Amino acid sequence: MVCPPPAQLSSLTLLGFGDCGWGATLLWGFGNSLMIALGAYAIGFCIGVSGAFGKLYGGPVAKDLLAVYTTIVRAVPELVLILILYYAVPALLNEVMLGLGYERINLPQFITGVVVLAVVQGAYQIEVLRGSILAVPQGQIEAARAMGMSPVMLARRITLPLMTSNAIPGLGNLWLNATKDTALLAVIGFTELTKATFQASATTKAFFTFYGAAMALYMAISLVSILLFGRLEKIARRGQRDARG
Amino acid sequence: MRDFLNLRRVIMIGVAAALVTWCVYSLRWDWLANPKYQSMIVRGLWQTIWMLVVTMVIGFALAIPIGFVQAAGPRYLAWPARVFCSVIRGTPLLMQIWLLYYGIGSLFPSIPWIRDSAFWPILRQAWPYAVLALSLSVAGYEGEVLRGAFKSVPHGQLEAARAMGMPRFTIFRRIWLPQAIQRVLPTIGGETVLQLKATPLISTITIMDIYDVAGRVRRDTLVVYEPLLLLAVTYMAITALIVLLFKWFESRFPSKVA
Repeated sequence: MVCPPPAQLSSLTLLGFGDCGWGATLLWGFGNSLMIALGAYAIGFCIGVSGAFGKLYGGPVAKDLLAVYTTIVRAVPELVLILILYYAVPALLNEVMLGLGYERINLPQFITGVVVLAVVQGAYQIEVLRGSILAVPQGQIEAARAMGMSPVMLARRITLPLMTSNAIPGLGNLWLNATKDTALLAVIGFTELTKATFQASATTKAFFTFYGAAMALYMAISLVSILLFGRLEKIARRGQRDARG
Repeated sequence: MRDFLNLRRVIMIGVAAALVTWCVYSLRWDWLANPKYQSMIVRGLWQTIWMLVVTMVIGFALAIPIGFVQAAGPRYLAWPARVFCSVIRGTPLLMQIWLLYYGIGSLFPSIPWIRDSAFWPILRQAWPYAVLALSLSVAGYEGEVLRGAFKSVPHGQLEAARAMGMPRFTIFRRIWLPQAIQRVLPTIGGETVLQLKATPLISTITIMDIYDVAGRVRRDTLVVYEPLLLLAVTYMAITALIVLLFKWFESRFPSKVA
């Protein structure tokens, strides 16, 4: 079907799922953004938990290396890091693969994007989680040690449950950052929501329609997330005394 | 100092030095000797720092009324300010920049009186849109911080000022604003670093900042990693400078907040 010139179409048609609409493209980008954010956040959380424990209880070398990692990542723009890692991660992986005698592989852009953003997220999550571990009353940890708990059990039964309520506001902010950082992948040519919006609006010249719609989608993510994290915090703070006494 | 420089640290510094030496000698840096790239780097650096300073100043100036009306203003002003802050904080900066540049930038040529006005040669360039987008972003984030700061100024201070017969604007200028700013001062340093890290986004709308220069060098010379490494080091150096500057700045102000 031949579409009429975009100027003759209404915003609704342009955003719709018909042959002349870009709704499917936008939604596909939105799904990509969400999936990348979720993946990066999950991997970043693993980096964050292990890094935070490493920074507090690890050996001296581990502490220094983690300090270097968090300092560098937080001092260099995400865009630059993404660009460096975007070239370095596949190259490094291929070196390893070739060294082990395997074929060279082509890493899908999606996975590279997730890994790159996870490395960035990890550094910030380490700092948030480290702060919330430090806020766990020292007496609780000492008591657990006195009971003869092993470090793993201590982490699982005492530290992690008690730090959760302190960590949730910071982790919520980082989740919002993760969703917004996915937009940076547009610069390296990955079709997430921002790039899809750019393509749609550049083709149809209906800038405000598409940017308005995309912004509404981003706002929807952040509003829903704020609500969910607020709920989570309430659950995590169950039984705690209100700060006002 | 003794504590900092134990054997383990010395070894690590040695490893780092070896890494740097390896980078210097076995990677390609010959493009740095090219005067064309040298002047591009200087201009790019200037563009980045200029953009950072200007947008921080404008953004902060905008943040003061935005924070104030949210803390103490009437509802018809507080509401739009809150919506503004949520939208700025809830959507990616890259998208805001593109919306302003491509959206508003494409709207202007179709309005005759703007095309004919004296501002048209300026509005045709990219930097006004970059300044606008980055300033609004600072205003949104810092406005939220200032809202809390204005609210946390003790009521007794304002009541005392009122009891002294101060006019409302004088109270704002002499009591309310200085104490609020004193509270946000520690956050401004961090905010400036965040803003520095946001500046490379403007290279996507054809502004030649230091990030764009690195990209040009990479396209011209086909050197993949070296310009990016230098770029990362440059940003780290600027970040360190900002941190030191604000440390010095804060040491000059009484930090005790009543």
